[in-house]
Amino acid sequence: MRILGLILAGGKSDKLGALVSKRTSAAVPVFGKYRAIDFTLSNMVNAGINKVGVLTQYNPRSLMDHLGSGKEWDLDRKNGGLFLLQPYLSKHDEYWYRGTADAIYQNMTLLRRGEESHVLIGSGDHIYKIDFTRVFDFHISTRADITLLVKKMDSSYDLSQYGIVELSGTRIVSIEEKPQKPKSNIAFLGIYFLRKQLLMELLYSFVPSGEHDLLNIIISNLNKLNIQAFVFDGYWRNIKKGITEYLRINMDILNKQIRKELFYNYGKIYTKLKDFPPPKIGLNARVVNSVVSDGCIVNGKVENSVLFRGAVVKAGSTVRRSLIMQESTIEEGALVENAILDKEVIVRQQMKLVGENLPSVVEKRTVL
Amino acid sequence: MRKVIALILAGGHGRRLGVLTEKIAKPAVPFGGKYRLIDFTLSNCVNSGIYNIGVLTQYRPHILNNHIGIGKPWDLDRKKGGVTILPPFLGGMGGWYKGTADAVFQNMEFVDRFNPDFVVILSGDHVYAMDYNDMVDFHISNGAEATIACIEVSITEASRFGIIVSDPSSKIVEFQEKPSKPKSSLASLGIYVFNWKFLKEYLERDGKDKTSNHDFGHDVIPKMLKDGRNLYSYRFSGYWRDVGTIKSYWESNIELTKPVPPLNLYDANWRFYTQTEEMSPAYCDPNAVVISSIISEGCEISGGVENSVIFQGVKVGNGCVIRNSIVMTNSVIEDNSTIENAIIAENVFISKNVKIGVGENAPNQLDSNVYAGDITVVGMEAKIPQGTVVGKNCVIGIGVNESDFESLEIPSGSFVLHKE
Repeated sequence: MRILGLILAGGKSDKLGALVSKRTSAAVPVFGKYRAIDFTLSNMVNAGINKVGVLTQYNPRSLMDHLGSGKEWDLDRKNGGLFLLQPYLSKHDEYWYRGTADAIYQNMTLLRRGEESHVLIGSGDHIYKIDFTRVFDFHISTRADITLLVKKMDSSYDLSQYGIVELSGTRIVSIEEKPQKPKSNIAFLGIYFLRKQLLMELLYSFVPSGEHDLLNIIISNLNKLNIQAFVFDGYWRNIKKGITEYLRINMDILNKQIRKELFYNYGKIYTKLKDFPPPKIGLNARVVNSVVSDGCIVNGKVENSVLFRGAVVKAGSTVRRSLIMQESTIEEGALVENAILDKEVIVRQQMKLVGENLPSVVEKRTVL
Repeated sequence: MRKVIALILAGGHGRRLGVLTEKIAKPAVPFGGKYRLIDFTLSNCVNSGIYNIGVLTQYRPHILNNHIGIGKPWDLDRKKGGVTILPPFLGGMGGWYKGTADAVFQNMEFVDRFNPDFVVILSGDHVYAMDYNDMVDFHISNGAEATIACIEVSITEASRFGIIVSDPSSKIVEFQEKPSKPKSSLASLGIYVFNWKFLKEYLERDGKDKTSNHDFGHDVIPKMLKDGRNLYSYRFSGYWRDVGTIKSYWESNIELTKPVPPLNLYDANWRFYTQTEEMSPAYCDPNAVVISSIISEGCEISGGVENSVIFQGVKVGNGCVIRNSIVMTNSVIEDNSTIENAIIAENVFISKNVKIGVGENAPNQLDSNVYAGDITVVGMEAKIPQGTVVGKNCVIGIGVNESDFESLEIPSGSFVLHKE
């Protein structure tokens, strides 16, 4: 089985505010040194996939800068490797991607040319660690036409935000997108696995007649095809469900179990290297229940927070329950609480920044 | 464009680092939380725009070779040039490298393929930031045939170094290798720029000389001076350390934890690159008390850490105190252990309630020249059983396990080695 990976990373997110004004949600920084797409991309690479197409559309510069030639994921290859697939103008079509199915359809060449037998489709917005080889084995042993990843969701997820599936055994009998009254607590995780030939057939049959969403195409074939659910029981979060949720997801790295699951089970999570020196913690610093990344210099108090690479917290300042992104500086005596500081923000001396109900979000390169 | 090639001498044993270099070459010794010693020289090369580099290895090269690989972290994976590992070889003039000059002599064919104007000879085990371009410029502007970088040292220390006596125009008039009566306080850094044709001539002569030790400082440089050739001294005033002893290794690591350390690792225009394992950022838990320290990716800190350098993936348990110590990659220190003035090598396991570095000082019985300065050294992959008390100036050998401990009291100055 040879597998082509496809990552949908073109989405515009309205719910992440200033964090996505200059970048797509797949490129949103997480956990001190990563970006959201690192998880899906590393999962694919760890499962032996060495050809991955990333479908981009909305504000892709930051994402493209991050991915580069795919070196960090060992995707700088002669055969296969990383393909950045952007919408383009051509003789016949001049459309932006009108949906997930349309995006893949417009890049049919990548499907046609390769000699892969199967396609794994994921999203750049999801934070999870999975051994995809288990999904491949499941797919074969259940003789599935299509395998969708699902998860039994607890009350910390808003079910009305997800596609809810009904199962008969492991077979999917119904899928309802964002239902008001969910019939079950099993949600679709936006990850598809199927034979390439079948994907191409479905796209050729449905996209030209105006159906641009891959999930809708699958829903209309629920009775004709054997569509199986692989139940994933690990940590899984969608990064673009809102600012509060985004902050909460980032705080999950402070949990030992989640940290172990995400970063040390079945392979590593790879990301772009920055070659910062190791973090330095000063004489009067106090760092408690926090993550400190390379290049940080901490002389103040940091509690329940995530410091991204190169963040500087100066003496006499306090950071609580906040995300301080790359190369932001908290100057002497400042207080930052319940806030998300994008990159290269400066909070000046004695300044107080406290998020009330929602976390305060400070845009990149702001000086407060 | 001037054609420069750098040769990094990385075959040394570094005997005075004891168990730290028992299984790895000195240039591969870990430093500063995530680096290995050779990273500094390699990074200086690429930051100076030198992308043709040969690394001459001999002693225990495996970890070093693995670390350098194809040079990816330093952007040395190139179509032309890049980094080449040069081990000793058989055939022709090959054989074990008998000295620094012989190592270069044996690789003349390699250098000739690049047909360089200048050769920069470097050591793989020094910690410093230096723009070799400035030195090459200096070399050219003086019309020199060889230029030796040097640094001012105190006259009392001078007998440990190769000492340069130069005239006011920086022209070298005399070179004394480790003199008992030094005539100057300018010490050679073992960093040389040579005109390649000129160096080749002297290497060929040195190669034929049966009485020579085939060493740059001892043989080749004095011969050049004797012939009245144009040798200049290039004064370097920045930070430079030869971390040749346990004490100096420990000091230069701990120095990095100071508020304004003499070596700036944060200079965005002069980054030090290294090959590291991919790990998540460091985590300090609610009980952690970390002050004046460097911690690294993958660390999980629950106890106290003070004036210490903690490498990647180290676990420090609850109630621990790590003070004035260096703990290397992936070592684990379990709950309620206290470690003071110690160097803990890679993959060491220290069980609960262990104390290291306590009691009165006493000279080391294994080798008091190597293990000195109140510092206890624990070799890689050692396992220290629960409740062990280890004194000062002790050595716990590589791969020691519970059965190697005859007593849980290891008094100052004693040692525990692994019985095969």
